[in-house]
Amino acid sequence: MTGGDAPSSEATLRALSGRGADELTLAAVRGGELGLSDLMIHPSTLEHQADVAAHHENPQLAENLRRAAELTRLADGEVLAIYEALRPRRSSQAELEQLADSLAGRELLRTAALVREAAAVYGRRGLAG
Amino acid sequence: MLERVTESGSGEPTGAGDEPGAGDESGVGDRGGASDRAASAGSQPVVGRIRFMDEQRVNLDGFAVEDVDLGLVALWSPFDPEPSVVVRDGRVVELDGVAEDDFDSIDEYIARHGLDLAVAPEAMAIDDVAFARLLVDPSVSRSEVVRLSAGTTPAKLARVLALLRPAELVMAMTKLRARRTPSNQAHVTNRLDDPLLLAADAATAAAFGFREIETTVPVLADAPSNAVACLIGSAAACAGVLIQCSVEEALELELGMRGLTSYAETISLYGTEQVFVDGDDTPWSKAFLTSAYASRGMKMRVSSGSGAEALMAGAERKSMFYLEARCVSLARAIGSQGVQNGGIDAASVAGAVPRGVRALMAENVMVMMRNLESCSGNDALMSESDMRRTSRTLPIVLAGSDYVFSGFGMIQRYDNMFGPSNFNAEDIDDFLVMQRDWGVDGGLRTVGPEAIAAMRRRAAEACRAVYRHLGLADFSDAHLELAVDAAGSKDLGETDTLAVLSAAQAIRDSGMTVVDIVAALDETGFEEEAERVLALTRARVGGDYLQTAAIFDEQMQVLSLVTDPNDYAGPGTGYEPTPARQREIDTIRQARGTDDLAAEQAGFASPLLRPTGPARPGEDQRDVIIGVSPAVGRDVWRTLSGQLVVDVLGELLAGLEEEGCIGRVVRVNDTFDLGRIGLSAARLSGSGIGIGLQGKGTALIHRRDLPPLANLELYSTAPVVTPELYRLLGANAARHAKGTTPDPARNPYTDEAIEARYHTKVIALVALERRWVRDGCPPEELSLEGLR
Repeated sequence: MTGGDAPSSEATLRALSGRGADELTLAAVRGGELGLSDLMIHPSTLEHQADVAAHHENPQLAENLRRAAELTRLADGEVLAIYEALRPRRSSQAELEQLADSLAGRELLRTAALVREAAAVYGRRGLAG
Repeated sequence: MLERVTESGSGEPTGAGDEPGAGDESGVGDRGGASDRAASAGSQPVVGRIRFMDEQRVNLDGFAVEDVDLGLVALWSPFDPEPSVVVRDGRVVELDGVAEDDFDSIDEYIARHGLDLAVAPEAMAIDDVAFARLLVDPSVSRSEVVRLSAGTTPAKLARVLALLRPAELVMAMTKLRARRTPSNQAHVTNRLDDPLLLAADAATAAAFGFREIETTVPVLADAPSNAVACLIGSAAACAGVLIQCSVEEALELELGMRGLTSYAETISLYGTEQVFVDGDDTPWSKAFLTSAYASRGMKMRVSSGSGAEALMAGAERKSMFYLEARCVSLARAIGSQGVQNGGIDAASVAGAVPRGVRALMAENVMVMMRNLESCSGNDALMSESDMRRTSRTLPIVLAGSDYVFSGFGMIQRYDNMFGPSNFNAEDIDDFLVMQRDWGVDGGLRTVGPEAIAAMRRRAAEACRAVYRHLGLADFSDAHLELAVDAAGSKDLGETDTLAVLSAAQAIRDSGMTVVDIVAALDETGFEEEAERVLALTRARVGGDYLQTAAIFDEQMQVLSLVTDPNDYAGPGTGYEPTPARQREIDTIRQARGTDDLAAEQAGFASPLLRPTGPARPGEDQRDVIIGVSPAVGRDVWRTLSGQLVVDVLGELLAGLEEEGCIGRVVRVNDTFDLGRIGLSAARLSGSGIGIGLQGKGTALIHRRDLPPLANLELYSTAPVVTPELYRLLGANAARHAKGTTPDPARNPYTDEAIEARYHTKVIALVALERRWVRDGCPPEELSLEGLR
């Protein structure tokens, strides 16, 4: 294990909400302080894990984790809606391109690139609706 | 589609090669297919030997003639493409013989994302055999294989791996798996979705050592309840067990987002575009889903496996293995950290064709070459034959995998809502003994009966308390007791399945999260379980378990490609169990030492067989002495057959008496050798005939003028000698004494593994006898009181 791969330390980790991982305690649960966003991973943590994956000869896993970092900014419902839009024959090529533009406009560039690539292939392979 | 395959076996044309009347030669055989064919052809009648063979369980399995048109071919089809990759201006313009314009969506995704183009020219230029040797050569590091494999196309991967023989696959898996420490996954489900039973069974699985538990449902809407029950149950046993609830993609993701589950693996990939799309996904939707799970801190892996495309009539005349190579390449391309393969649902399709079982293992190795986590199948019952299903699984146990099973059925076969696994509840002890036999770590350990009982109770009580506290459901004391004790859901009797459904509905509709579960556990007095569930939640924020092949140990340390990389480089390197872990593997609850045996024997001690003084030589022609071994009447009281020594002596004496002789019992103190005991008895007896009896029940008739190793009759199979046979031995000894014709007994027949069952007891009993041997100590007469 190299220095850059050190497991994430709870002292410096933050949940998506900004709450420190070391504050995710039974006492906090008892105080009714914890919500779902306190249990969600922070994009910077995913970026760190992406670096680790890249260092371990898996750039594709790294790319996936970086795309995941983008998706932390979307609500569950929107994540599920994009998944649905990407399934076969759910969306026209134009709709997918529109979705890609919208994602790019919100700085979800990797996700946008994935959707844009899908739009082109779906058009060619008859997978667009 | 299975039905269609079966029909082809009963005579329907299966392809261009079929001729009228050749139907029974085609495709897949039914039970007893071989002799059916002979009979229908009107040839020789089937002889008993063949009829007997046909009755064996292996002949319940279907076996298919290779048929490329149906995709019923394991490792290689003439329609598999020649490996190729052409790169122009940094862009793949040809992949495995397909030009860019003709790429289907799978080719396209692999070409754009799945290949390391800097390595591809080097990797593709390596001769197939030379590449195959890299996989097994201990002097070539795993990372070098991983580097080259990253530039290897699906067709090349398939060709190279098809060259490995079975023992070489074991070597390659040993070296190439991602995580150093092997692990294992369990299925925990039941037919009723009963939460208390799920909790108790999840605790049992965690106690036995499984680090992942996969549940699913017969009733989709029950899913949230099953996830919660397994989460609570596993936490009652130990920390760090990952929980999965395998259901429809959207619901599965939702459960994960709420923290009720911590990983997913049923994200299916297929090797042809048609079947992929029939599965209602594309490589892009799956890539997105992969990121969606990671974005919520959830571990995930994809599923593929040989035979799925053939089963869906979409194999396009390709070999199962080549299609799987496309899946594995795609898995890496979309950024999945791991793959569940090795046939999975279609394992028995691969198993039906020549070399199919070998291909299943080669699939796992292919995943490892691609630097991914392998969850190695063995999760679908691929044969009715115990030998065959063991043969399928054993090499993976020996090599060790990230997960030896992607679902060992920790429950009864009938309760497995995935369908029976290749190993199930009835096989747990077999698996533990296999680990011990070979000295390998398959991830499991023995747990004592008291500990299992306590953990099952704790799990069921915690689950009931949480359901009650959250107003989900109320379960009676009687129900709880049944769930704790149950070997399967049939032991629960009638249950209220509507209560489960409404509990699940309430969990889903109220937006309940893992925080609510933690709070409920805490407030109902299950603080330790609350801490364990919370620890899993905290770990999700850290994300270390998103790395390849990650599990938590019971101290919540992540073991993965990053923190626990496989460093095998030949004998003396790589994973070796710690001494403590080795003890877990070696210590099975059935093992017995001499002390255990001595205590068991002491439980049968009685005041009979008192010594009455030195043994006197007899003078009466009717005097026959029964010589017993030194520990009889001291430490040894029960024979291997379970009869008491005093009862055996009673039978022998009765047999002597029936024939008009008078028996005495003498303990020989200077040897425990049966021949010498019998001879000592014969030399003391007035008739010159003696019976020798060891405490373990072995007996013979001896005569004073014979050499020690000879005898007149011998009962060598002590475990199966009956009281009637001992009586006959007594009677025959008397007949020898009188000079009349004995009626020799035949040793009873048994087809049981008698030696396996008794040899360790024999060794312990002999040790007890040896303790009482005194050189030069004369024989002594024992009281006959109470023997008849």
